[in-house]
Amino acid sequence: MNKTVNPNELKPADDVGPLYAARKKVYPQSVSGTFRRIKWALMAFCLGVYYFLPFVRWNRGLGAPSQAVLIDLPNSRFYFFFIELWPQEVYYFTGLLIVAAVALFLMNSVGGRIWCGYLCPQTVWTDLFYAVERLIEGDRRERMKKDKSSDPLKLERISEIVLKHSIWLMIAWWTGGAWVLYFNDAPTLVKELVTFQGPMIAYIWIGILTASTYLLAGFMREQVCTYMCPWPRIQAALTDEWALNVTYRYDRGEKRTSVKKAAELRALGQQVGDCVDCYQCVAVCPTGIDIRNGPQMECIQCGLCIDACDNVMAKIGRPKRLIGYDNDINIHRRQEGKAPIYRIVRARTIVYSAIIAAVGGFMVYTLATRSLLDVNVLHDRNPVAVKLSDGSIRNAYTVRLLNKSGYDRAIAIDVEGPVNPTMHVVGVDSVTPDRPIIVIPRDSTSELRLLVTAPAENNPEKSIPVRFHVMDIGLGVAASATDNFVAP
Amino acid sequence: MTDHHSDIDSVSGKSTTGHEWDGIKELNTPLPRWWVITFYLTIVWAIGYWIVYPAWPLIASNTTGVFGYSSRADVAVELANLEKIRGDKMAALGAAPLADIEKDPALLALARAKGKTVFGDNCAPCHGSGGAGAKGYPNLNDDDWLWGGTLDQIMQTIQFGARSGHAKTHEGQMLAFGKDGVLKPDEIATVANYVRSLSGLSTRNGFDAAKGAKIFAENCVACHGDGGKGNQEMGAPNLTDKIWLYGSDEATLIETISQGRAGVMPAWEGRLDPATIKAMAVYVHSLGGGK
Ligand code: SF4
Ligand code: SF4
Repeated sequence: MNKTVNPNELKPADDVGPLYAARKKVYPQSVSGTFRRIKWALMAFCLGVYYFLPFVRWNRGLGAPSQAVLIDLPNSRFYFFFIELWPQEVYYFTGLLIVAAVALFLMNSVGGRIWCGYLCPQTVWTDLFYAVERLIEGDRRERMKKDKSSDPLKLERISEIVLKHSIWLMIAWWTGGAWVLYFNDAPTLVKELVTFQGPMIAYIWIGILTASTYLLAGFMREQVCTYMCPWPRIQAALTDEWALNVTYRYDRGEKRTSVKKAAELRALGQQVGDCVDCYQCVAVCPTGIDIRNGPQMECIQCGLCIDACDNVMAKIGRPKRLIGYDNDINIHRRQEGKAPIYRIVRARTIVYSAIIAAVGGFMVYTLATRSLLDVNVLHDRNPVAVKLSDGSIRNAYTVRLLNKSGYDRAIAIDVEGPVNPTMHVVGVDSVTPDRPIIVIPRDSTSELRLLVTAPAENNPEKSIPVRFHVMDIGLGVAASATDNFVAP
Repeated sequence: MTDHHSDIDSVSGKSTTGHEWDGIKELNTPLPRWWVITFYLTIVWAIGYWIVYPAWPLIASNTTGVFGYSSRADVAVELANLEKIRGDKMAALGAAPLADIEKDPALLALARAKGKTVFGDNCAPCHGSGGAGAKGYPNLNDDDWLWGGTLDQIMQTIQFGARSGHAKTHEGQMLAFGKDGVLKPDEIATVANYVRSLSGLSTRNGFDAAKGAKIFAENCVACHGDGGKGNQEMGAPNLTDKIWLYGSDEATLIETISQGRAGVMPAWEGRLDPATIKAMAVYVHSLGGGK
């Protein structure tokens, strides 16, 4: 808790310093415990997926890419295991973004910035870089001592620094390397890259991601979360009093005093807290804050201070979770002698879950029922209708056929609308007059110019709707599109 | 606003900026050093940008930057590159036999795309942007052709034009039977009604069909052929179908017969390169009326 300062005691000149504040370097101490284990597991999972997913193969048949997840920009295709998306279907990504955003809101309404503490790439890579740093330079105290050392140019120290940065750069380089593998056949690209035959753009992207990983995870660290990321600001506006935040339970902790003194005072029946002011929670915090000052914008909800304090509580034989995921309501309730209440299910979380379920369900449904044959029709605008020498009327259409399947298809086109129409596809000879048949190569689109003529005796008086039915004459898969047949 | 150094927040002990919203004051927290440095670097960068790139407007011109870069020159280079890329494709189009282009979907698409833009630039003023034509300018979407609607014939017409003055141009014109005194006004009215009857249009009461047929046989058959079916050799239109270049009402026909007609189609050979003319022929043919 902040202490109230008597304004008369303040000297205004105290904090008139330079225009800027120098960074206070944070030296998080290693810690073990429940939340640390969760963080390790999630880190292993996220990095494992990111680094190795491009190498997972998926058999799509001859001639098709065999990479499970592939963004094929030159051919405008996106492959995700059994799903293959075309440019016409980018709305799936919109759906995915909506689900991702609402999932973030849901996480926030349940546990505040837990995304930041456990899953955000900035956290994951920074955590990894810290692990490397600790391994090479030692834990908090050693690192602080080494940084302060007046003799920094000892060979041992230099080799340590060089080693640390080399490993960081290797991780960063691999991060950029994995990124480009999502855009090309991974084994081929790896071979090309190591023999310096790779495309320039790949090297540029590896360079960009290597630099950003190295800088953000090695140097910027918690400053990204505090100053650069907009999420803490947005999240503050989205949260409510029921969200579980990492909370110092001051109802249990105050007043702070040493173990011995506490025992004495307790024996006298006086009110003392469990906090022994050991600063372990501050030492492990990757954002360098003291959670005992109450909820703070910098806190990323990583739970490491909970682990640190739990370890202390275990040692001094007091109950765990002096720091825990909790909310302010419960602190006050406990002070009043009431039982704490937790509400995960409430209007906010129900609405978020419903949105996720609805959008996700809709996406799954459309994916499951999506057609591998599609047709779009565009009516000629100029002229909309042509009168032929025998008095019959003809309309022209641009018909786009999409064959999303992995084999060539013979497609028959039927038209429904004018009476006894004749059809002609420009560039295609010897088609039956009322039912052109076109072969569309696999995994491609064909644009056809289709002329529909209504014989003079059946001329429609006014515009009538027409329907184009396209059908795979081998398998019977069909699709259709509607337009108008215009009378002049 | 108060002088912020004298305004101290009593809880944190820090000075405030003096800004106050609903009783909440803003602490005067200094910016992080890296942030300030980055900010200054962007200013330096911006100044560099002013110097390196064209930036400052002067009265009649602008500063050109140290490398003489301009986005206009950039565009010119890109356009030249594009021409080069397209050049290969157009060469393939130029080399392909005319009859085969429509059978190759890639060549057909290229010819149609190229033909469409060139048509828009050169032909649309007369024939309309979609080739729908206008009075006196043939509709290129229908199946009625003055000079023939096969690919070769269309290409020939585009190349050499009609009455264009080119050595190989299509010749032949509708004579001015009235102006030149060949036919008298009542004879012209009679033959006009006769022509209307050829394509099943109504005729004026009391019109002498036999006389019309006789005048037609003596004056018109030479070009328009027996029964008025037309003759593409001479660009003489078919008078029995439903399509009329200048209009089918009696007054228009009388005007046509009296004054004659001789619409001009320019020759495009020499103005457009052969591959482009080929593309245009394919495009016009693919509009749907081509034979
Ligand atoms: S206060 Fe605790 S939960 Fe918050 S960032 Fe620091 S260690 Fe993590
Ligand atoms: S780790 Fe626990 S006991 Fe130690 S200072 Fe923090 S809150 Fe108090």
